[in-house]
Amino acid sequence: MIQFLMNGEINKQINCTVKIVSKFTLLFCFLILALWGNAQNKINGKKIYETRCLVCHQADGGGVPNMNPPLDGSTNVQGKDIVRLVKIIRNGYDERVALDGMYYNNAMTANPDLKEDAIADVLSYIRTSWSNKAGLVTISQVKAALFKNKAAKK
Amino acid sequence: MKKQIQLVSIIIFAFCMNIIAQENAGLTLPTGFKANLYANNIGSARHITITKSGIVFAKLNNPNKEGNAIIRLEDTNNDGIADKINGFAKYGGTGIFVKGNSLYASSNEAIFKYELDSKDEVLNPLTPHTIVSGLLDRRQHNSKSITFDKGNNIYVNIGAYSNACQEKDRMPGSQGMMPCPILDSAGGIWKFDGTKENQTYKDGKRYATGLRNVLGLDWNTETNQLYVAQHGRDQLNSFYPNLYSDAQNAELPAETFYEIKEGDNAGWPYVYYDPSQHKKIVSPEYGGDSKKEGSAEFKEPVVAFPAHMAPMAVLFYTGNQFPAKYKNGAFISFHGSWNRAPLPQEGFFVAFVPFKDGKATGEWEIFANGFAGMENGTKVANPNKAKARPCGLAQGPDGSIYVSDDTKGAIFKISYNK
Ligand code: HEC
Repeated sequence: MIQFLMNGEINKQINCTVKIVSKFTLLFCFLILALWGNAQNKINGKKIYETRCLVCHQADGGGVPNMNPPLDGSTNVQGKDIVRLVKIIRNGYDERVALDGMYYNNAMTANPDLKEDAIADVLSYIRTSWSNKAGLVTISQVKAALFKNKAAKK
Repeated sequence: MKKQIQLVSIIIFAFCMNIIAQENAGLTLPTGFKANLYANNIGSARHITITKSGIVFAKLNNPNKEGNAIIRLEDTNNDGIADKINGFAKYGGTGIFVKGNSLYASSNEAIFKYELDSKDEVLNPLTPHTIVSGLLDRRQHNSKSITFDKGNNIYVNIGAYSNACQEKDRMPGSQGMMPCPILDSAGGIWKFDGTKENQTYKDGKRYATGLRNVLGLDWNTETNQLYVAQHGRDQLNSFYPNLYSDAQNAELPAETFYEIKEGDNAGWPYVYYDPSQHKKIVSPEYGGDSKKEGSAEFKEPVVAFPAHMAPMAVLFYTGNQFPAKYKNGAFISFHGSWNRAPLPQEGFFVAFVPFKDGKATGEWEIFANGFAGMENGTKVANPNKAKARPCGLAQGPDGSIYVSDDTKGAIFKISYNK
């Protein structure tokens, strides 16, 4: 036994295995953390949606005909223009442009008190809920968008 | 393969039969009444009006596939189903009203007049007379519903482009403006001369104010008075969660029905009506705490309906076909709510308000229900799932009433036969 342990070859091997295993463990932990984080973000996004958005866009994301647009299936919601989405959440929206070919008469409430992480969470939520299958939105994307919007205002 | 086709056709056939056989076009009605689908898929049918010879005109919110926004419907063989349908006009809108040989229709900022010939065909579909123009359209509450008194005066709703006249609309914490500047040009009923062309605000008169948005209005010819149904404000719980729970918001404020005299003020945005306290309550944007009672100068409603159901049209019944209790009472169509979420939605029916000696009794009942087409009487969870949403109301020459739907564009005809 001792002899074995003393054996440099094997020792190296063990060392190596430990290293690899610990690397995997680390990676695994990260993965779990990331998944858990995502889940947390999704829960948080859902909570924000339910308290601030559901009243108009409805539980199924289907909106109210002629009044509030659907978010489920919306091209813009699943699109690449994150800057626009962030701006809509922060400042509200009242533009009367066609959204997927339809016009809506209501005015959307602004959310001046929503922090960057909360905006990222609620956008991630609406982009991945119902039939929507777009990418998550990160805090740094939100920060960049808010910076851009601010610069545009000046 | 053959078998499959057979099976599919059997299923399709059964499905069609199911639709055709759907009793009363899927509506539930009081005993003795029946309903049928007079028309379907004509476009987003808002208000409707009917000539003395029974021609139905429907105003569409947006032009339909053919590009028309006023639809003329005729039932030439008297089977209760429109069989001659055509259209004209390119502008979307809500209001439509037949007065003598004239047909009036509104866009979201103007009122136009057309002439009808002896067959109720429109003589000038492309060249209507502009009666009023330049009415405010700031999107929110922009429908210009119209009605007439016994003379030639038009009454038009100019809805407030705001929820509660906050400095910044629908912004949490934003205070109500005092006095509310919107009321100068909106948030009320304006009166114009229906025979004069090219009028603007300065030719009209603010007949009643403090009305956030009125879709349903009609003249009670028995008592010679205007009646209006108001859409109450939204989102008490979103902006004041400390004062109002979701459950309270679902019941507040009442949708209110008013008897209007010239110069009346119904109190928007300063007060709203609480149906359980039976009081006008000061709006939180104006310092209210959900209990503080509003000023007595504001009008009391004659009927308070459950919150957010969205009254779309009012029709005083003057026909002789329905049982006596309906005579000179008011039908009110309810579009169905959205602002009761997260609680289930309400409305999607036509209500009846009985009148006695020219006064509303304060009672009301559901007259026609089932427009939403939910299975087994379940509640509508999301308004976009409702198959039909009641909107316009009109009375035919035989005393039947017609109900339009602005989702797919159905028109239901409801009749009584002992
Ligand atoms: C008072 C009702 C209301 C509330 C509350 C509301 N919205 Fe909106 N929303 C609207 C309306 C109305 C529009 C369209 C406005 C227009 O057409 O000018 C809109 C537009 C949007 C759009 C753009 C859709 C597109 O297809 O481009 C997004 C994204 C959106 N809302 C997300 C949200 C989120 C997330 C929340 C909650 C934080 C929220 N909304 C809360 C009414 C509302």
